[in-house]
Amino acid sequence: MATPLDPHAAIVTHAAGQGAAAEARPNAQGVLLTTADGQPLARALTRSRRRARRQAFLLVLPLLAFVLITFVVPIGQMLQRSAKNPGFSDNMPQVSAWFDENPRGAVPDEAAFAALAADMAAAAEARTVGIVGTRINYELPGTRSLFTSTGRKVARGIEPPHREALLEMDPRWADEELWTAMRNASTPYTSSFYLAALDRTRDSAGDVARVPENRQVYVMLFQRTLWLSLLITGLTFVLGFPVAHLLATLPMRRSNLLMILVLLPFWTSLLVRTTAWIVLLQQQGVVNDALVWLGLIGEQGRLQMIYNQTGTIIAMTHILLPFMILPLYSVMRTINPSYVRAARSLGATSWTAFRRIYFPQTLPGLGAGALLVFILAVGYYITPALVGGSSGQLISNMIAMHMTETLNWSMAAALAALLLAGVLILYWLYDRLVGIDNLKLG
Amino acid sequence: MNLPRRCLFALSAALVLSVPGWAAADERPLTVLTWGGDFTRAQQVAYATPFTEATGYPVRLVDVDSPTALIKAQVASGNVTADLASVGQADADRLCAEGLAEPIDPAILAPGADGTPAAQDFLPGGLDDCFVATDVYSTVIGYDATRVGAHRPDKLADFFDLDAFPGRRGVLKEPRFTLEMALMGDGVPPDRVYAELSTPQGLDRAFARLDSIRDQIVWWEAGAQPVQLLADGEVAMTMAYNGRLFAARFDEGRPFAILWDGQVYEIEGWMIPRGAPDVSAALEFVAFSTAPRPLARAAEQLSYGPPRVSAQALVGRYKDGVTELAPHLPTAPENLRSALAVDAGFWTDHDAELTERFTTWLAGD
Repeated sequence: MATPLDPHAAIVTHAAGQGAAAEARPNAQGVLLTTADGQPLARALTRSRRRARRQAFLLVLPLLAFVLITFVVPIGQMLQRSAKNPGFSDNMPQVSAWFDENPRGAVPDEAAFAALAADMAAAAEARTVGIVGTRINYELPGTRSLFTSTGRKVARGIEPPHREALLEMDPRWADEELWTAMRNASTPYTSSFYLAALDRTRDSAGDVARVPENRQVYVMLFQRTLWLSLLITGLTFVLGFPVAHLLATLPMRRSNLLMILVLLPFWTSLLVRTTAWIVLLQQQGVVNDALVWLGLIGEQGRLQMIYNQTGTIIAMTHILLPFMILPLYSVMRTINPSYVRAARSLGATSWTAFRRIYFPQTLPGLGAGALLVFILAVGYYITPALVGGSSGQLISNMIAMHMTETLNWSMAAALAALLLAGVLILYWLYDRLVGIDNLKLG
Repeated sequence: MNLPRRCLFALSAALVLSVPGWAAADERPLTVLTWGGDFTRAQQVAYATPFTEATGYPVRLVDVDSPTALIKAQVASGNVTADLASVGQADADRLCAEGLAEPIDPAILAPGADGTPAAQDFLPGGLDDCFVATDVYSTVIGYDATRVGAHRPDKLADFFDLDAFPGRRGVLKEPRFTLEMALMGDGVPPDRVYAELSTPQGLDRAFARLDSIRDQIVWWEAGAQPVQLLADGEVAMTMAYNGRLFAARFDEGRPFAILWDGQVYEIEGWMIPRGAPDVSAALEFVAFSTAPRPLARAAEQLSYGPPRVSAQALVGRYKDGVTELAPHLPTAPENLRSALAVDAGFWTDHDAELTERFTTWLAGD
């Protein structure tokens, strides 16, 4: 996003284009122009331009290094986890080799169980059997303890035949599903986290299938996140546009005063603002008390305005409103009022003048505001967590859960990657429809 | 206890990462990750200050919201700055099994006040390969005694009885604790809860119980929320952490009461991240802080139960100097009668699966 927005980049490419053209074209008189010290002018120009570019690059270098080290590399590593999880393949090499040699659908024979027993013993010794169990538990819930408990038993010693010995420790080792899960995890690179993030899994035949209906949650949450973000973007536009217009057209002194009112909540802690909404909107809250006092609703008919989707929408719209108002305002300030006056004097109705003359000029600010609000809304989770109730959970809450509670970072990374891809697609669409050059971030 | 939890995760990560920078200038203190708020204050008073006085070794308590994720990140990156962390038993079990924790030999622990070896003095589940318990916190039902009317709720089933006790209910928006309570509220005895939850029918039964009060539920996530909901009159009864309800009653004088029937308790304690900078000092601190007297001292600050039988008898008065704490602890014998201990193994196996199902159920409005 930085490059197309960077005005300097545009100037440099532009200048470079001109330079190339100038060099290619011979002088009209056929005489070579030179500088005062006798250098050919074109070459001197090129050299000074190159120096300027180098200086510019050196100036940008610290930022570039900073962004690379603190942003691109860690995020790249995190995203890599979504497709790579060597938890099983690293710690269970012999079983993984058996899976390589035997095609999908092969019934695990004594060699497979022997490999399993050997790997388990080694993993228990190295205290990595928990990693293996956790990896398989992602594929088939409920199996982690099977690995840790069997690991403990195998470490005490196991005699052939391994199949009978393992089945005696736990009959679940004969489970076909378990072997499918182990096969799916036997390569370090895997698509299973992306499949899981789309409510899909791989069945024993290796085909992609849907997970049981009562666990299909991620696709629904993606849809809800996108829908709510779009709705909130629309609401901030409807509410913010008149405010920005008022701010831009009032005399400076009064508009500054109003501006403070816009900025004050912007500077207030997010948690404070969210909690303030709870105080206002809850059933024993200020708004309901006022309505009851006015006699508009009865004591029994207090409205449920928070701990549901309504609460999420209200609180998030309020919190994100400044991100819409500020870019709109900065663009509106620069719009010359004489255009609208000219349109009016030429016979346009006020609506037509607004629609054809004023509104199109605000598009760069609107675009920037909409993009900001939308992208922030997509990743929001504190507010939905506090006021969302049962219907306000968003996809970012699940990412946070997998990061901090289940510690399934591969799953968190897969969800985050899908979210990122979705935002990028929307960004691309946006660029197609509105044009990213038309963006003014303030 | 897990008040700001996720939202402050990034901040706490930054805090912890910044520790070695300035600590290197002086003698490096023992860095202990803990949960913040009253919890940290209690540990400061009961463990850290006496430890420094006894050994001269400085201790630094650092508040974090998700010690497990932080430890996983630190061990994975090979840059461990924490010497010790306070975690739940389930998390300790998981970190231990994944090789992210140092083993702790129970032989280093102090014997009980009456000379019982530590291994017999701790509650079941209080000692593990990499874990030594420090406290027992509990999820209970809290209600406002001035609002429930003439007869008070006296069993967990009353929480699900909207006819006898009308009014909305505060429920934790997580499957853990919630599903257990739903089953016990449906008449499942505590010792059968996890067997039941392991079957599809049992799960359906738990969700059906929640369905029966569904339109009256106000969901909460952070530990401070339910107490606020009760104080605002938003709910008639709520699930809550016992320490929060206790503090609201004795520090702020709120008329809250606790229904101990069907309480679900979890043991918390110390684990040492693998590759911690000073393992021997960490072990020394573990042994020092889990002796009966410091444990009792901590319980006096916070009303979380001491996990040792012999420490239970040493607990005196709350810091207000009046309240006898013993009957307010989750580990008091009369409170333990119908209590359920969280099954750490069950939740490491089923956490993700049940959270997915729970979220799907939540969304099915």
